Amino acid sequence: MMPVPLLIKNGRIIDPANNVDGVRDLLIVDGCITDSATAIPSDVEKIDASGCWVVPGLIDMHVHLREPGEEYKEDILSGTRASAAGGFTAVACMPNTKPVNDSRAVTALILSQATKADARVYPIAAISKNSQGSALTEFGELKATGVVAVSDDGLPVRDSQLMRRALEYAADHGLLVISHSEEPSLSKGVMNEGIISTRLGLKGIPTAAESIMVYREIALAECLGKRVHIAHVSTAMSTELIRSAKARGVRVTAETAPHYFTLTEEAVMGYNTNAKMNPPLRTEQDRQAIRQGLADGTFDAIATDHAPHSILEKEVEFDRAMNGIIGLETSLPLSLALVREGVLDENKLIKLLSMNPARILGVEGGTLSAGARADITVINPDLQFTYTEEQVVSKSRNSPFLGEKLQGRAVYTIMGGRITHRLAA
Amino acid sequence: MTTGYFFSHRHILDIEHLSADDIDYILTTAESFKEISARPIKKVPTLRGNTIINLFFEPSTRTRLSFEIAAKRMSADTFNISASTSSATKGETLIDTARNISAMNPDIIILRHSFSGAPHMLSQYVNAAVINAGDGTHEHPSQGLLDMLTVREHKKRLNNLKIAIIGDILHSRVAHSDILGFLRMGSEVFVYGPGTLIPPGLKELGVTVCSTMKEAVQDADVVMTLRIQKERQNDPLLPSFREYASKYGVTAQVASWARPDALIMHPGPINRGIELMPDVADGTQSVILDQVTNGVAVRMALLYLVTGNS
Repeated sequence: MMPVPLLIKNGRIIDPANNVDGVRDLLIVDGCITDSATAIPSDVEKIDASGCWVVPGLIDMHVHLREPGEEYKEDILSGTRASAAGGFTAVACMPNTKPVNDSRAVTALILSQATKADARVYPIAAISKNSQGSALTEFGELKATGVVAVSDDGLPVRDSQLMRRALEYAADHGLLVISHSEEPSLSKGVMNEGIISTRLGLKGIPTAAESIMVYREIALAECLGKRVHIAHVSTAMSTELIRSAKARGVRVTAETAPHYFTLTEEAVMGYNTNAKMNPPLRTEQDRQAIRQGLADGTFDAIATDHAPHSILEKEVEFDRAMNGIIGLETSLPLSLALVREGVLDENKLIKLLSMNPARILGVEGGTLSAGARADITVINPDLQFTYTEEQVVSKSRNSPFLGEKLQGRAVYTIMGGRITHRLAA
Repeated sequence: MTTGYFFSHRHILDIEHLSADDIDYILTTAESFKEISARPIKKVPTLRGNTIINLFFEPSTRTRLSFEIAAKRMSADTFNISASTSSATKGETLIDTARNISAMNPDIIILRHSFSGAPHMLSQYVNAAVINAGDGTHEHPSQGLLDMLTVREHKKRLNNLKIAIIGDILHSRVAHSDILGFLRMGSEVFVYGPGTLIPPGLKELGVTVCSTMKEAVQDADVVMTLRIQKERQNDPLLPSFREYASKYGVTAQVASWARPDALIMHPGPINRGIELMPDVADGTQSVILDQVTNGVAVRMALLYLVTGNS
């Protein structure tokens, strides 16, 4: 059933793909954005977007939806409801499900569930069978089934030769390779290595664990002339490595996550398992470097690494707690803070949250061009709210931001002309 | 003592959150209890009717015995639970264990656990007072306090001392409690050990990280030697114990660099001939057995104070 026509009135349209930034109306008919000459249908539903930004639907290129296998933490429907609530119209989901998405069957299952979802779901398949790092998955068949990228996310590819082959073979099939950059022998800790890990008596992970692998991926991409994308960058040194590689023309793209530009290792004090993640929260110096990397374009995307875990995995001793936090519903307000704090302008922010992820993944979206599918997010950048447990739409509650006062959020999320989220007034 | 001082800690989770006044008060209380252990009948009714659970998820002989003797000398009823760290894999979480124990209304739970932060977590789920008897590589506050009591007895002060701590600082929860405690009381702490066993951030805490044994021990008032934790050697931290003994072991010659009246201390159990040579361990400057004796007094004081008797 085709959704009713929508007229979004008086919003500030920010569309970096078309260099547009100005107040005007936007008409959606038959699920698509129309050009300005189209007559307004009589049955149009009007949305008053005064004081709001109207932007291309946000795209999160790094989430964990936990289906199949761990539906008690999240499933495709609950995860995409959380996406819509956070302003996302599309998400790319990592393959570390149970079983691992390393086959056409698992990809097809995800896509079949996604037909009923509140956001577009782009599956990412594993680089190696069962993410065990020994044999490549069938990139050609996976691509034909609908995956947009490959990654052993959650696990590094230990074998450099396998990574080399992945970059080469993925290029044949037009697939992006996403690297979870972590040198495994150095990363056996549970938080960042430094004064806080010493004070808490927790085993630390040095920043070099990440940088070493980031540099390996850059070296491979550079010598092979292939593309690589670095996931969830957390350190100053990795940022600098990516910046200089880009300056040399290496085909590397990178993302960071809101927690890395918002929090530091201090959040772990008191053994807060909701601040346990991988890579771990780093120092203030790293946080500042990440913000600088966002400002100067070293980072191409902000991704959440939305990693739902139930209380069973988090209400335990810190060493035993699982890594990761949910992020879909807090990404936008935390990212908007970058604009308020002068790190980014609005245009750059929307690039990082929408246009660039679409381009990196090679998917539709990231634009408000006439004729484009109407994936749109209406943002009230001033709306203040306290992020409470009751509000969480995700099945899991593992967020270090619970109880925090945040500013700015999606008031409407529209996917293909259908309203998937409408903030109750 | 500051006038109007009141001991306000419900739990003893670490030294980090104890003020200098708190430490002073605990040590003074401990001193007053020391005499009980010297009596022919070593028992007072102070904690009669109190239930104390020794919940030990990690093997321990001396700490558990020390707490148990302390509790019994104060007439508390004590119960020992030695749980394997694998109990979680059998299905019960620490929180469930805590809730079950809590349902039996104990007054104090003494927890030894192989994970840092476990006592901190436990304290959020039980009504009882929680005393940390060693958690992971975090802290061992009662040991830190008994070390301070021993030094205070011999040196008559805890400020303006040079404390040298030698060995495996990284894994030693005792060292962490000692460092925080001695710094808080106004002494200087110097550490020396292999680079693989020195954790980051010590300098920021105010510790002097030395590059030679001599720098650490020269004119020290206290030489604290730490146990090499043989069970942690799966990570390539040391090439051999033989080399460790020759480069980092405290010998009579090393001890001679310290002040003539320096105290030789060790939290035990000692790897004799590795981190500490027998002639030094048993020499006239050694106060290792005083530490053990003081352990009972300090633990009596802690049990007494957390039950609200300040």
